[in-house]
Amino acid sequence: MAKSAKTRKSPARKKAPAEDLDFVLHSLQEAHEKSPKYDASDEEMLHFYEQMLLIRRFEEKAGQLYGLGLIGGFCHLYIGQEAVAIGLQSALDNDRDSVITGYRDHGHMLAYGIDPKVIMAELTGRQAGISKGKGGSMHMFSTEHKFYGGHGIVGAQVALGGGLALAHQYNEDGGLCLAYFGDGAANQGQVYETMNMASLWQLPIVFVVENNQYAMGTSTARSSAETEFYRRGTAFRIPGMDVNGMDVLEVRGAAEIAFRHVREGNGPVLIECNTYRYRGHSMSDPAKYRTREEVQDYRDTKDPIEGLKKVLIEKGKSEDELKAIDKDIRKTVSEAADFAENSPEPEPGELYTDVLVGEY
Amino acid sequence: MSTQTKKKAEAGADGERRLNMIEAINDALDIMLERDPDVIVMGEDVGYFGGVFRCTAGLQEKHGKTRVFDTPISECGIIGVAVGMGAYGLRPVPEIQFADYIYPGLDQLISEAARLRYRSATEYIAPLTVRSPFGGGIFGGQTHSQSPEAIFTHVSGLKTVIPSTPYDAKGLLISCIEDNDPVIFFEPKRIYNGPFSGFYDKPVEPWKRHPQSEVPEGYYNIPLGQARTVTEGEQLTVLAYGTMVHVAEAVCRQKGVEAHILDLRTLVPLDIEAIEASVEKTGRCLIVHEATRTSGFGAELSALVTERCFYHLEAPVERVTGFDTPYPHSLEWAYFPGPVRIGEAIDKILSE
Repeated sequence: MAKSAKTRKSPARKKAPAEDLDFVLHSLQEAHEKSPKYDASDEEMLHFYEQMLLIRRFEEKAGQLYGLGLIGGFCHLYIGQEAVAIGLQSALDNDRDSVITGYRDHGHMLAYGIDPKVIMAELTGRQAGISKGKGGSMHMFSTEHKFYGGHGIVGAQVALGGGLALAHQYNEDGGLCLAYFGDGAANQGQVYETMNMASLWQLPIVFVVENNQYAMGTSTARSSAETEFYRRGTAFRIPGMDVNGMDVLEVRGAAEIAFRHVREGNGPVLIECNTYRYRGHSMSDPAKYRTREEVQDYRDTKDPIEGLKKVLIEKGKSEDELKAIDKDIRKTVSEAADFAENSPEPEPGELYTDVLVGEY
Repeated sequence: MSTQTKKKAEAGADGERRLNMIEAINDALDIMLERDPDVIVMGEDVGYFGGVFRCTAGLQEKHGKTRVFDTPISECGIIGVAVGMGAYGLRPVPEIQFADYIYPGLDQLISEAARLRYRSATEYIAPLTVRSPFGGGIFGGQTHSQSPEAIFTHVSGLKTVIPSTPYDAKGLLISCIEDNDPVIFFEPKRIYNGPFSGFYDKPVEPWKRHPQSEVPEGYYNIPLGQARTVTEGEQLTVLAYGTMVHVAEAVCRQKGVEAHILDLRTLVPLDIEAIEASVEKTGRCLIVHEATRTSGFGAELSALVTERCFYHLEAPVERVTGFDTPYPHSLEWAYFPGPVRIGEAIDKILSE
């Protein structure tokens, strides 16, 4: 469907809110369009830049370690999508809110400020990894940050997110759950079972579709009847927001609106962040299903880090200052890689721990 | 077979046509699409992209989008739709990209596919073949390595088939597609490209040097329910399937043990006659599978051998299996029931 046929541009929009029964479904989108960008302070902007660059450099290094055989199996890089995790997670109240995501989870971990060392050591399957080497790239968790993973089965985490939100509501702790999933996962039935329950029970949950355009090797057009994923909640009366996921300030701006709506007790919101992954679905994917030009166009004209860099320079940051930041980040990442390479593997006895409560 | 994979088919030293397991599966699908207009291949990434393991490469190009098509990531829906197609007379061959992803479809497989024939007194049937790569040894961790065959063998109304060579993969898959019952066809992904011996520090031989990679052109089938004798021997019987056939064979060769190794090929229906005949001859039986031990298919095999061959047994039946834990990300080779554990079990059985 063409982007021009959006709900907000339909005749319904012209009606006064009082007469418009569907007002709630597009009201957040209207608020977002009125003021798409978050008004960040210089300091915040620099922080976003540092965080996105950390993800980028970390993922580049992970790709290298995979190439060297130090990371095995499946490894899904977040390069290109950095603005989504940073924009959303920077708006969370970390004392109250929870997050859950799929298998492309390195960026979400880093967005919390979790030590890159324990993340990289998990990728290399070492004892010092955040899941003791048992989870690997796709399965990482942090109770300290209320980060509930890191899930390898496409779409399964969304229902868990509904449960996290129900627990927030039950405990009256004021928290919300941010539940990420991809455009591919958006076709799993359990996603819609969860949306129905979330809306029925007015759960404090923000569903986030990270639409990176490809479900593994299949484009959204080949697998989805409705490719404007923000509309997928309307059947459950969940308001949708269509967001440029390549701009951290727009993502953050949308998060402000959505989180406020949820915290006021209005039930769930569905945000679609339109983004792009530069690398293959996983390291073993040659990405032959799209053209090189398409990837290059995103890198050249829509890159979230380059975009913010331009803003920072306009605001008076010098190239040298930004280069120094990059240098520091490269050092951090390089130290994480050394740590991950030199940490010992788990003891064989670890195979039998963490299976059930007691001795197995 | 598709032109894309045809180019890759290599001739062995004897000039015969050699295929790896991926090419053999592709060949079987191609032949069945050609022979039977009711055959339909569907699944995640199988059409335009040709499958993440390339098993369906070139098929959409050759047979068109109505015969070979992509589905959304919706395993429950894929299997449910295939059951309906089958009931109406089509012969769907859905692919579930990894066996680890099949669980959302269990409801449809167990309550619908497996039970439709019984509850309609054969008015309706569900002749679908669910293909799915399974098993470990590829560093896939807990969501890309599982061997869930016993979940399916426990369900009456389903057949479960697991090939271990390119020749068998083609012949068995053709039989499954022609079968009028729902079949789970698990493809051991560790041996797609070569018969992995379990000696993980040694390079894997490519299929083309293995006699069972000789795959004739055109149609042939291998009936379900017939085990294959891998090696003849008198010292003990080894029951295995999938990747573990090759691991067991390599261990016996290395130890100089003359084992009668049976590749079961189909777990349901099971070739119990072949098992009985072998164990009556050797008096000793080792069962090997990658799947976890408790309630694994080895437990069923052990019970059957004990019930039927008790007075011929000279040693207790032994099982070498995966540990009763989730499949780990690290320590894969400590977890994998490889040569060391198989070797120890053989020593134990032979010392009785």
